[in-house]
Amino acid sequence: MGGGARPTMMRYLLRRTAILIASLAVASVLIFAVIEIVPGDPATTMLGINARPDTVAALREELGLGRSAPVRYLDWVGGMLRGDFGTSYTYRTPVAGMIADRLWVSLPLALIALALSTAIAFPAGIYAAARRGRAGDAGVTLATQAGIAVPNFWFAMILVLVFSINLGWFGAGGFPGWGAGPWPALKALVLPAVALALPQAAILTRVMRSALIETLGEDYIRTARAKGLTRGQAIRRHALRNALIPVLTILGLQFAFLLAGGIIIEQVFYLPGLGRLIFQAISARDLIVVESVVMLLVFAVILVNFLVDLAYAAVDPRLRAR
Amino acid sequence: MSGLAVEGLCVEGPAGPILQDVSFAVGPGEIVALTGESGSGKSMTALSLMRLLPEGLQQKAGRVTLGGTDLGALTERQMCRVRGARIGMVFQEPMTALNPVQTIGAQVTETLRLHAGVRRDEAEAKARDMLARVGLPEERFPLTRYPHELSGGQRQRVVIALAICQRPEVLIADEPTTALDVTTQAQILDLLRALVAEFGMGLILITHDLAVVAGMADRLVVMKDGGVVEQGATAEVLRTPREGYTRALLAASSHRPAAPPARQGTPLLQVRDVVRTYPGARAGLFGARRPVTAVDGVSLTIGQGERVGLVGESGCGKSTLTRAILGLEPVQAGSIALDGQPVEAVRGRIQVVFQDPYGSFNPRHRVRRLVSEPFHLLPRRPGTREGAARVAEALEAVGLRASDSGRYIHEFSGGQRQRIAMARALILRPDLIVLDEAVSALDVSVRARILDLLSDLSARLGLAYLFISHDLAVVRGVTERVLVMKAGRIVEEGATEAVFAAPRHPYTAELIAAAPVLPDWTAREESA
Amino acid sequence: MRGGRFIAGAVLFGLFAGLALLSFLWTPHSVEAMDIPAKLQGPSAAHWLGTDHFGRDILSMVMVGARTSIAVAIVAVGIGMGFGVPLGLAAAAYAGGWIDEIIMRGNDLAFAFPALVIAILITAVFGPSAVNAILAIGIFNIPVFARITRGGALPLWRREFILAARVAGKGRARISAEHILPNIAALLIVQGTIQFSLGILAEAALSYVGLGAQPPVPSWGRMLADAQTLVALAPHVALIPGFAIVLTVLGLNLLGDGLRDALDPRLRVVRA
Repeated sequence: MGGGARPTMMRYLLRRTAILIASLAVASVLIFAVIEIVPGDPATTMLGINARPDTVAALREELGLGRSAPVRYLDWVGGMLRGDFGTSYTYRTPVAGMIADRLWVSLPLALIALALSTAIAFPAGIYAAARRGRAGDAGVTLATQAGIAVPNFWFAMILVLVFSINLGWFGAGGFPGWGAGPWPALKALVLPAVALALPQAAILTRVMRSALIETLGEDYIRTARAKGLTRGQAIRRHALRNALIPVLTILGLQFAFLLAGGIIIEQVFYLPGLGRLIFQAISARDLIVVESVVMLLVFAVILVNFLVDLAYAAVDPRLRAR
Repeated sequence: MSGLAVEGLCVEGPAGPILQDVSFAVGPGEIVALTGESGSGKSMTALSLMRLLPEGLQQKAGRVTLGGTDLGALTERQMCRVRGARIGMVFQEPMTALNPVQTIGAQVTETLRLHAGVRRDEAEAKARDMLARVGLPEERFPLTRYPHELSGGQRQRVVIALAICQRPEVLIADEPTTALDVTTQAQILDLLRALVAEFGMGLILITHDLAVVAGMADRLVVMKDGGVVEQGATAEVLRTPREGYTRALLAASSHRPAAPPARQGTPLLQVRDVVRTYPGARAGLFGARRPVTAVDGVSLTIGQGERVGLVGESGCGKSTLTRAILGLEPVQAGSIALDGQPVEAVRGRIQVVFQDPYGSFNPRHRVRRLVSEPFHLLPRRPGTREGAARVAEALEAVGLRASDSGRYIHEFSGGQRQRIAMARALILRPDLIVLDEAVSALDVSVRARILDLLSDLSARLGLAYLFISHDLAVVRGVTERVLVMKAGRIVEEGATEAVFAAPRHPYTAELIAAAPVLPDWTAREESA
Repeated sequence: MRGGRFIAGAVLFGLFAGLALLSFLWTPHSVEAMDIPAKLQGPSAAHWLGTDHFGRDILSMVMVGARTSIAVAIVAVGIGMGFGVPLGLAAAAYAGGWIDEIIMRGNDLAFAFPALVIAILITAVFGPSAVNAILAIGIFNIPVFARITRGGALPLWRREFILAARVAGKGRARISAEHILPNIAALLIVQGTIQFSLGILAEAALSYVGLGAQPPVPSWGRMLADAQTLVALAPHVALIPGFAIVLTVLGLNLLGDGLRDALDPRLRVVRA
């Protein structure tokens, strides 16, 4: 593409990077404040009010609560930058290792679901927009209305009922791990990914459809038709790329929902991902683990938004020039 | 036969007929103008020739033949091979007519590759030639440029290039210069005229502007309400129109309201050395913002009851200056005073009428509330009865009825809305009214009546006007004194007739030369 | 067809809203009355929709659950609108200024905290409860309404009738209230129905994972959590609350679409 590396493009990248870093800084302060400052004494929160004073004191010592909040915050952030997420109070193991294990379940799940929902939504949205107002469009619209209304965890339960219990095609839950080769692991992720992806696909289809319909009303589509392009060619060559700009925004937001939705779906399928880790940590009041996992989730969302910003620049030359 | 012929074209929409029995022809190398006011069906005629009518509209009768081919008999796929190859089309709005995410090269080569099936490098070579032909030489405008990097006039050249690169038999240009500044308009019209001669193609020029028609077209088709009123050789139709409607259109186009007596009042508005800058883009990531100067040391005076024009092209700073005079924008230097007091303190004495009759009113309020909005400026709001009386007085002053005050804005036409805007401007009995392109969006017949109203109000109420417009003919017709603005500065000022007759600044001369004029057929010979 | 969608939506949502209201006065059985011998029964004359694993009447629980869901969603939308709309109006009124910059950056940041993450944070510190679920969903709604309000208001600020109001000496706050807000009301109402339906879904999800309403308050999400291990034995226990959620949300969405078509088909709402 012409005129790529201009100073303006550099400025756009630098500005986005600065926003990325600032967002991470503010988010980490917020999380730290909510977990370690708002409740008063974290050690008491973790052990409960009936804990013996000497146990509390020992934990305070272990967490280094004697130091001031800013020092503890910097310590926490500095540790994370080095890959040290602290030590779990309940499991007595480094949190970083626990997260790494769980990430190998949650991340593939979110990515498969994202790919699946995109693979469904793009063709469906394009089809509906191209046949706007006709039977095919009405059918897609009806399906998306239903899809949006279905809670993904309930849909997951129905999938288990039909495909695991009645048909026996898949296991009802659990995860064999990647050690036994990719296939058993992938098979265990199929139903969860479908459950996550379909409601998201319904949303994305609607966005794709309306973005494309809006683009099809633009003047340059008329110009393209006046050049002699067929309706289909005008959609493929001119409308799609322009329609992609609003779709990218939603795609970025969806990743956050897929990560969060994954946490819930993991409960349905008993998958050992970040979701189960965080709920175990909540019931054990293991604030160290909660704090780190939440920070990781927020980091992922902010990072994806950053990537979406970069994708905008790839799609839209006007942004590169700004 | 060669060229394009339209016979008995009828188009119907859901609410009734759109086009009725439209017939005309355009031969090779001929320029035929379709003209008429909004809603006359001239754009719909173009779209139905291309068979690109909006959904819901259908051709009911008629034949369109292009070089012996009956276009109505072609399949959609065959028609696609006609569009862009044998008929090209240029649209009104160059800012949105090009795909913003594709380079201009890609958009021109697309036409070439689609129809001629040539290889990419051949197509690119040809696209370069074609862009150079329309005035965008390779050195300054490589194929890798994006539309947003070009000005409106340059974009319109790209649209023309991609419409003519297959050397079509007929080119349809739908208001191709309406969105452009007057100097750019002249250049684009010259280009079109030269291309018609060079390629021997027929040009269907759709325009509402009879002055443009007079300077361009061999033949003229006057349309009204979806039908053809009259057609013939341009000079003949304009010199001796047969139909009453054509006569009325012609009269309205060159209408000059009766001038109120000139007043030599004391200075009312005094603008001294006003500078308005905006923070611009940063130089580098942390560099300082380089300020952009929109208004650069402007001084002007308007006397009591004086009618002053301000002309200039888009981006010259006239809108910014207007807002500063209205007290809506801070200025970095200089002073703006009315009767010696800063404008912020006497806002009620300066009121304004904007361009867009559709966007100037809150659609949720009744006329009563819209017109009385400036009461907010009074230290004490008038009581219900007094307020109603003043609204009625203002409405009657602009030729509406007092009973209109209970209606909503969507019940009024564009011309009536500009009257309501005038009533809103009058309600505080101001000394000065700023007319910001106030008649630019109106059809000529409506515009003529609004200009009469303005002239009448000035005579009766002793109002001073600041008349801001890009339309030199209108400014010449209604003002006593004129200011010419360019790049934030006033480059020339003087009595209107003197400036138009003998401009001193080259930019003024350029503007006047570029503006199309409707010739006075009784006295002049046809000029190229 | 258009009006049909609105009516279908109004009937569906009206049905569940009516059931929720009725539950204050009357339910077929008490939702706390356990009857272990009668557990996991299918639909019958005594229990129209059957019983759960404690022998409680499912219809009664669905009715009271509707109350929980709708109450949570109403308050959450109220929080979102109450804070988000003024923030969005302020951002648009001072577009490009530092107020706008702060609000929009804060807004971007807030999108990094989905409702579930907020709920996890709150629960980790204060323990689970329905109030925390409301807070989590409500906080999440604030940036949504701020963004949609700003997006709707910005183009209006460039319209000439706003300039006319400024010429009439009106300040930005007054113009926001008098001219901007009424002209984006349709947009806010439609977005409100969308957030309402998302609120019901979010409440169900939070209750399902135990971060929402706590026993013994019945809620649809918890009914599903309880039913999960029983799916094979008594599918109706899992199906019925799910259908209640789907139908309520579907009704709200149809209502929103119908409203949009009736008010202004060109409204740009966000759905995420």
